[in-house]
Amino acid sequence: MKRKTRRLWLVIACVAGLGAAAGLTLSAFSSNIVFFMTPSQVAAKVPPADRTIRLGGMVVAGSVHRERHGETPVNSFEVTDGQAAVTVQFEGILPDLFREGQSVVAVGSMTPGGGFAASEVLAKHDETYMPKEVAEELQKSGKWDPKFGPPPNAASWNAMTAKDAKTSSRGS
Amino acid sequence: MSPELGHFALALACAFAFAQTILPLIGAQRRDRRLMTMAPGLALGQVIALGASFLCLIDAAISDDFSVANILENSAVTKPLLYKITGVWGNHEGSILLWALILGLCGAAVAAFGRNLPAALRARVLAVLGGVAAGFELFCLTTSDPFDRVWPAPLDGQGMNPLLQDPGLAFHPPILYTGYVGFAVPFAFAIAALIEGRVDAAWGRWVRPWAVAAWAFLTCGIALGSWWSYYVLGWGGYWFWDPVENASLIPWLSGTALMHSAIVVEKREALKIWTVLLAIATFSFSLSGTFLVRSGILNSVHAFANDPARGIFILGLLGLVIGGSLALFAWRAPSLTAGGLFSPVSREGLLVLNNILLCSICAVVLTGTMYPPFMSLLFGKTISVGKPFFDAATIPLAIPLFAFMGFGPMLPWKRAQMWPVLRRLWIAALATLLAFAVATWSLSGVLPILCATGAVWVIATSATDIANRVALFRIPLGQSFNRARFLPRAAFGAALAHAGVGVSALGLAAMSQAQHKIVEVPVGQTESLAGYDWTLANVKTEPGPNYTALVGTIEVRHNGHLVTVMHPSKRSFNAQNQTTTEVSIHTNGFSDLYGVIGDKHGDDAHPTYVLRLHYNPLAPWMWLGALIMAFGGALSLSDRRMRVGAPRRAPVPNTVAAE
Repeated sequence: MKRKTRRLWLVIACVAGLGAAAGLTLSAFSSNIVFFMTPSQVAAKVPPADRTIRLGGMVVAGSVHRERHGETPVNSFEVTDGQAAVTVQFEGILPDLFREGQSVVAVGSMTPGGGFAASEVLAKHDETYMPKEVAEELQKSGKWDPKFGPPPNAASWNAMTAKDAKTSSRGS
Repeated sequence: MSPELGHFALALACAFAFAQTILPLIGAQRRDRRLMTMAPGLALGQVIALGASFLCLIDAAISDDFSVANILENSAVTKPLLYKITGVWGNHEGSILLWALILGLCGAAVAAFGRNLPAALRARVLAVLGGVAAGFELFCLTTSDPFDRVWPAPLDGQGMNPLLQDPGLAFHPPILYTGYVGFAVPFAFAIAALIEGRVDAAWGRWVRPWAVAAWAFLTCGIALGSWWSYYVLGWGGYWFWDPVENASLIPWLSGTALMHSAIVVEKREALKIWTVLLAIATFSFSLSGTFLVRSGILNSVHAFANDPARGIFILGLLGLVIGGSLALFAWRAPSLTAGGLFSPVSREGLLVLNNILLCSICAVVLTGTMYPPFMSLLFGKTISVGKPFFDAATIPLAIPLFAFMGFGPMLPWKRAQMWPVLRRLWIAALATLLAFAVATWSLSGVLPILCATGAVWVIATSATDIANRVALFRIPLGQSFNRARFLPRAAFGAALAHAGVGVSALGLAAMSQAQHKIVEVPVGQTESLAGYDWTLANVKTEPGPNYTALVGTIEVRHNGHLVTVMHPSKRSFNAQNQTTTEVSIHTNGFSDLYGVIGDKHGDDAHPTYVLRLHYNPLAPWMWLGALIMAFGGALSLSDRRMRVGAPRRAPVPNTVAAE
């Protein structure tokens, strides 16, 4: 085996390996990327029902309801970003850190009725934690800017925006 | 007093580290023996100073010295002693100090075990290690000082997140860090070799044990972290593909490739440039993993806003280490001579394939991890990729890896015939066919079936390899036993580690069939899941030291026989206004029954409780496999050949043409 032949083999093997990796990555990207959306973005353009999205915002105070469908516990609550609210339905146990008036990220897809069916609800870390996406959206919508100190008290903030959210969603 | 001593010791260690970088480098360049022999002493001095500094911090934590900001923020009088000690490395400042201490220990280990290294190489390796240590100790001193005082000192600390008060998590960081930091030694060897302009078989021999040791620790660390999330978080999941987890998987993959390509350098003097690059890449991934991802710089651009000094320092340091080493590589690597020839079908050929596949998987995981932050940074789009992406992109690459893993170790070096090797594998092939039939019947989904089949193939061929080496059933058993006794431990180690991969892969494949059910039931009701009858027999409230717990009693029956009684609970910590879930797991080695109790609902006369019940087939095998892998690594390290018969370098050849 000559050095050149060996090098050719190596190059072929490397190209095949990396090509396979790139192909797999691209094909997996095209079907498995999950976009983050806020309730106002959802209200502006409703994503198709077969598309998984991450919906993030604050849980509207007093909006959490529980029902039992047979033996399955179903939770419903409203998620707001201060401009619009979306009702989320979730079958299962809400995470330990789930609180009214605090930030949450729900993974799932839209239902034909305009609601959101969550397959997973994430509320992680300590009480002051806010998912980065939610914080950014709050900043964009002008509700809170990190330059001017810590986020507002969750309860008061939410009471205010819950009303705002209701009116704006009715208006739209 | 002791925090000031600790602070001073840390500064002293930093000074030692700077001396350890500069003096031996000058010495090695000028061939000055006095300067070169200073390196081991300086490395020892550095680790003693770091140890003293770390002990001071532990002492402050045990004695509840809340005038130290770090202790104040992370400890409290009521915290148990174990968590006071382990809490020292549970926060940013302390973990950087631990990181530096482990790096210091690695340097001291090179100084102690590297007596037979050539003086110049040892001096350079220690200098590189000293340089990295100096950078991070300076970072610790200037931006993340664990000994910062507060005045006036409060009476009690702010306490620790109850979720983190767990033995699994207490020992997870040191083991994981040892893995990460351990790859600094191959990195230092690679840089030293580039400076020297020489990589040969002896170099491969010196690097390999360090790579194997770091890899074994990293394997254990990853498995421990995954196990922790399985039994503490209570979601029934074991791996979430989140950036912090991926940050440990990426160096593990490239480290596995490094460990294998170093064998080729040692035995055949081929793949030298590639191995040097892998050593640099693996340590760069470790560094970026610990600091970029953990500090949240990649996850959130705003992390800079919190403490710009830290972010800029870390970025500068990473740029210096990674950029500097890559620049050195680009400059010096072309001068390394090409190595031995081999045909594509040979052990080297298969090791090359192993490297290509591992690096492809590594590239996929890296892309999946980095793509979302870059999209958000460049285009302002917030996206995420999760388990479906990683499963679809990595498993198809892992399956050919399993296939080649099977017969790779049985091929001879340099040039091989496939047929004689395949002929020896007919039993393993039969077992694999059988496994394929069983998997098709019992699993659903193409990838899990292929994964399980590949796993059985790997286990069967590893067993065949050992059986062949001891000529089992071809010569009397006694002679086989004798052969096994004299078989190098590295052979057993490699076979075990490969079999461990198979065991883990079987667990992963079976876990894709896990079943779960979420129900809301009153006391006394029975649910059936996966052939078991789960009865909520009783629920009561129990007080704890700083929480109240809702404890359920679930009786699990199989065909009317009581299998186990589980006591999952939900603890409410009043001080932190936080609840934690205590999962109850019953395992028989082949499957886990996993029960979680959730909220109480309904009125007090007719309360109902939310239960989450899981049936996880072969779940323990995932971590058992990782332990077997790490044990295989340890066994291979204990091989006599790794210790005695120190390799001697051939004298420097006079200008040898590469061709």
